[in-house]
Amino acid sequence: MRLTDEEKAMRDGRDGAAVAKAMDLLVRYGEALGAEALVETRNVCGTVSATTPFLRDFALQKGGLDAVFSEFNLDSQDVVATPKVKAFSSHLQLGFDPHHPKEMGVSEEIVQFYKRSEAAAAKMGVQILNTCTPYQVGNVPTRGEHLAWMESSAVVYANSALGARTNTEGRESTSCAMLTCRIPDWGFHRDEGRRGTLGVHMDIPVESVEDWGLFGYWMGDWVQERVPVITGVGQVPNLPKLKHFGAAASSSGGVEMYHLVGVTPEANTAQQAFGGNRAGETRHYGARERAATLERINANGTDRKVDYVMLGCPHYTIEQIWEAAQLLEGRKVHADSALWIFTPRAIKEIANRNGYTQIIEAAGGKLMTDSCSAMSRAVPPGTQVVALDSAKQAHYLPAILGLQAWFGTTAQCIDAACTGQWNAA
Amino acid sequence: MNTATSTERAAAAAETIVIRGRCVVPGMAEGEALVTTQPISGWGGVDPRNGTVIETRHELRGLSFAGKVLVFPGAKGSSGWSAQFHVARLMGTAPAAWLFNQMTTKVALGTVVSHAPAMTDFDRDPLTLIRTGDWVKVDADNGVVTITRRFERG
Repeated sequence: MRLTDEEKAMRDGRDGAAVAKAMDLLVRYGEALGAEALVETRNVCGTVSATTPFLRDFALQKGGLDAVFSEFNLDSQDVVATPKVKAFSSHLQLGFDPHHPKEMGVSEEIVQFYKRSEAAAAKMGVQILNTCTPYQVGNVPTRGEHLAWMESSAVVYANSALGARTNTEGRESTSCAMLTCRIPDWGFHRDEGRRGTLGVHMDIPVESVEDWGLFGYWMGDWVQERVPVITGVGQVPNLPKLKHFGAAASSSGGVEMYHLVGVTPEANTAQQAFGGNRAGETRHYGARERAATLERINANGTDRKVDYVMLGCPHYTIEQIWEAAQLLEGRKVHADSALWIFTPRAIKEIANRNGYTQIIEAAGGKLMTDSCSAMSRAVPPGTQVVALDSAKQAHYLPAILGLQAWFGTTAQCIDAACTGQWNAA
Repeated sequence: MNTATSTERAAAAAETIVIRGRCVVPGMAEGEALVTTQPISGWGGVDPRNGTVIETRHELRGLSFAGKVLVFPGAKGSSGWSAQFHVARLMGTAPAAWLFNQMTTKVALGTVVSHAPAMTDFDRDPLTLIRTGDWVKVDADNGVVTITRRFERG
């Protein structure tokens, strides 16, 4: 790989041991990819915090939080001092909600360990956004901006809805980018990597948040990591719909970028979106595909008694909290069920001011932050059956926790929470 | 003699195939092959505590990749891919080597932090040539994979 003089100086230790380790990992990673150079980035989203007993024990045995950062963030077996970040860096979601440790079965000792870790992250200069949706709370990239973002649902949103440029990075590569402002110049950083390679046509209207999730889950399974160009869009989707769509497509497959012709920034026309590529194949999404996808997501749901309803994957917008609060107002969560809703801390602050948190709590639900059940592996005690309005969460929770999952609309989920039953078809 | 005959038979059965590819992570390792035609999900798809695939509808669900030469099309799913296999290395449950076709940032970073040799861009498709149980030597430094067929009766 070609390195600039500045990059060579970082690699050779001019800026200290941690920066040198970061450049070393970026070079090994870039060479693995077959990248020819690094690209400059000043917007990084990743995770540097420690929230698990495994990491606590690692810190105890190997030399504290510096040892955790060295191993898990820089892939360095030498323990190096953690420096301040150079790039604007945002923290993604965590392994639990530090404001609700009891509900999540997290010990006070782990909460204290996390608080030290959060203080260390803040001291490094990492913004404590603690969400999978940084684009909701102060980090909205511009078209063409080079990013180093982790979190597949945020990556597909940044590339597709916003026209920014990022690959799906990981914990180690984002941390190295925070310290060096560099990431391999490969894939979605380059024009040729962003062009469509296959076509998708919507034969039926795709309108609700549920519709977009089902469409995304179907599409991801087929296109995997390729770039689809989607035609036939009717009603223009808003943020919650594209958030759900991308999250679903990056769970059933590895979709990191799509073009919605007439909607997304690099797809004024199908011709522009393909950029000279020929569509390898075009598939149609119709009523049959929608029904088969719904059946597939619900394949392991058999018991209709619902113990737990989780909303907020990816983290709910204030619009979605407003909707949930309206559906809940004047009702009660069933004695044998529970309702947890997840959102970024900054949006919970708005929900507090608008009285939505109070409505949710008065009904017996909880408005939580920083995490979700899949990230935390935490559900209310005794949960066997869960209802979800997220295709992504419905994909992961049964695998991670061995639960039965029902997928449906937000209204169906709120209804399940209040009746303790899954009543949708 | 019986011994000679069985040795001859074993030699015939121990057919070896050599394929060439590009080094992703340098190093040499060998082990039993675990082959899948389905992409692998990291976070939510594997459990690094015991080195098994946990994804609900995956054909390898419940099987262990620890110490195996994992032969697969590529990575899919969450960006927690590298972190899962990073933890797997520290827990001693990571694959011994990686052979895959589709390059992505997930699989590149995950194999790099696993410190296990990895290769891609092969002259012949490892997914069709290698069968689960075959003995596979991966020499990523020289870009060579040597496959020895598992002995099969009949």
